[in-house]
Amino acid sequence: MLAQFLQFLFSGVTVGATYALAALGFTLVYNASHVINFAQGEFIMLGGMLTVFFLASGLPMPLAVALAILIPAAVGVLLERFAIEPAKNADVVALIIITIGASLVIRGVVQIWLGKGTHTLPPFSGDTPIDLFGATLRPQMLWVLGVTAAVVASLWYFFSRTLAGKSILATSYNPLAARLVGIDTSWVLFVSYALAGALGAIGGILITPITLTSYDAGIMIGLKGFVAAVVGGLGSGLGAVVGGLFVGIVEAMAAGYLSSAYKDAVPFVLILLILFFRPRGLFGGKLTERV
Amino acid sequence: MSRSSRIGLLIVIAVLAVLPFVLPNAYYLDVAIRMCINAIVVLSLNMLIGFAGQISLGHAGFLGIGAYASAVLPTHYGWPPIAALGAGAAVSGLLALLVARPIFALRGHYLAMATLGLGIILAMIFRNETAFTGGPDGIAVPSLGLFGYELTTEKQWYWLIAAMLVASIWATLNLVDSPFGRALRALHGSEVASQAVGVNIWHYKVAVFVLSALGASVMGSVTAHYVGFVTPNIADFFHSIELVTMVVVGGMASVFGSLVGAVLLTGLPQALARFEGWETVVFGAILMLTMIFMPKGLVPTLTARLRRGD
Repeated sequence: MLAQFLQFLFSGVTVGATYALAALGFTLVYNASHVINFAQGEFIMLGGMLTVFFLASGLPMPLAVALAILIPAAVGVLLERFAIEPAKNADVVALIIITIGASLVIRGVVQIWLGKGTHTLPPFSGDTPIDLFGATLRPQMLWVLGVTAAVVASLWYFFSRTLAGKSILATSYNPLAARLVGIDTSWVLFVSYALAGALGAIGGILITPITLTSYDAGIMIGLKGFVAAVVGGLGSGLGAVVGGLFVGIVEAMAAGYLSSAYKDAVPFVLILLILFFRPRGLFGGKLTERV
Repeated sequence: MSRSSRIGLLIVIAVLAVLPFVLPNAYYLDVAIRMCINAIVVLSLNMLIGFAGQISLGHAGFLGIGAYASAVLPTHYGWPPIAALGAGAAVSGLLALLVARPIFALRGHYLAMATLGLGIILAMIFRNETAFTGGPDGIAVPSLGLFGYELTTEKQWYWLIAAMLVASIWATLNLVDSPFGRALRALHGSEVASQAVGVNIWHYKVAVFVLSALGASVMGSVTAHYVGFVTPNIADFFHSIELVTMVVVGGMASVFGSLVGAVLLTGLPQALARFEGWETVVFGAILMLTMIFMPKGLVPTLTARLRRGD
């Protein structure tokens, strides 16, 4: 009983960590520019696929990983400069459609370049399972959790203890006021999109040894990351992390105890229920609209 | 209906009447039929997105309900096709009615999320309930019998669907100019302002959502009978995106824009079929470029330019 429960919990927390990283990416971009970036999932896919590609072309692991994080970060910046910035005054629907277009372009390019095959990465430190109260914990799961925790901790430090981080927060509250006190808001956009790309890629690299990757792997994880961000209340960093873990755990439990065929539907049922009863997410504030 | 709309409708009728006689072979006729089917769906979706300003990223789910009703009910339970079509529309309409209120309490991104979730759940049901739907492999659909006639040849299908398209355009043009259409545009402009002048925004949002769901469901049934086969792809996220693309590329809140969007984006994949994979890239690029450079869509942007005379 306990062993089974723990097993589901471990796998839930592991995928949940990836959702949390994706949700943080959504949150960063949303705070900086009030855009929901539907291409966030493609950063996750890029992280995994690029690492596979660079390893296969003979680069050492650390270099392959570094490139697979830097390139999606650069893609994020390009997306902001050439697609979001020119349409700054467009409405929500238009911005959503632009990012959906971007995700199709990224996915299509990877499909043409690297093919439709499914790939995997070797686990970072062997695959000897660790036994814990009868449940098995794979070393890669510890990597996912450890790196995610480290990333979340450094983001927390960045946003609450450094001037640069605080200027990003200030911009998300009020861009005009931020500009008036001398904050370079276009730098803020640059950093936010780059970070969103990097966070997605890190998640993608970490999870690939467990879940495999392919050119279309980003769609589902990305959408679930969006669910996680909404569960936590769009725009809240803490909410994104908690939302990610929550969605991951509920999904794993439902898959284990109810039906594995509908595993992928779980986050969406969850989000519909939450939105119907708490339209601003679990951690979202009250809605006030200014006319 | 304005004079220009009436001329536009006449041009569409003329083109539709001549088309089957100038198209070189059955392949082109097939593409034309698919264009007309998509145009009808896009017309109803444009009411929701373009006129009322409410996004739906899960509309293909309703196409799926219609298509599977027409496949499953006659095959497993011996229903006549027209009753199955009606049942599918009834289920779609009821589902839309049921979720409309909670869904439209949401705005912008939350609305996008909720409709997307609904579409994905529906697609998963079609994929997983293998005993009824045949799962990912799909299911065959019996041919459509109408009042004792069986639609068999491509030509018969063409005339049926062309007639449906003309009727839909005519109905939409009238609807847009009615108090209903004006109320929709008002709530797109400002919900608070339209409430202040007495527009019951709930009533209209729910009505337009149910209407577009009905339209999608009926066309899902028609598509299923025409193709003779349904797979879960009809309901998936990518199909929903394709439909939204047709709306925005053609022009939000533009009746003839819906036609242009449906024709262009149904034809494009056919033209790009030889370049495996590029289809997605081109699709995505068109979406981005249209939204960046012509956020109002092709038809409204071009007509505005013509009027200004440059």
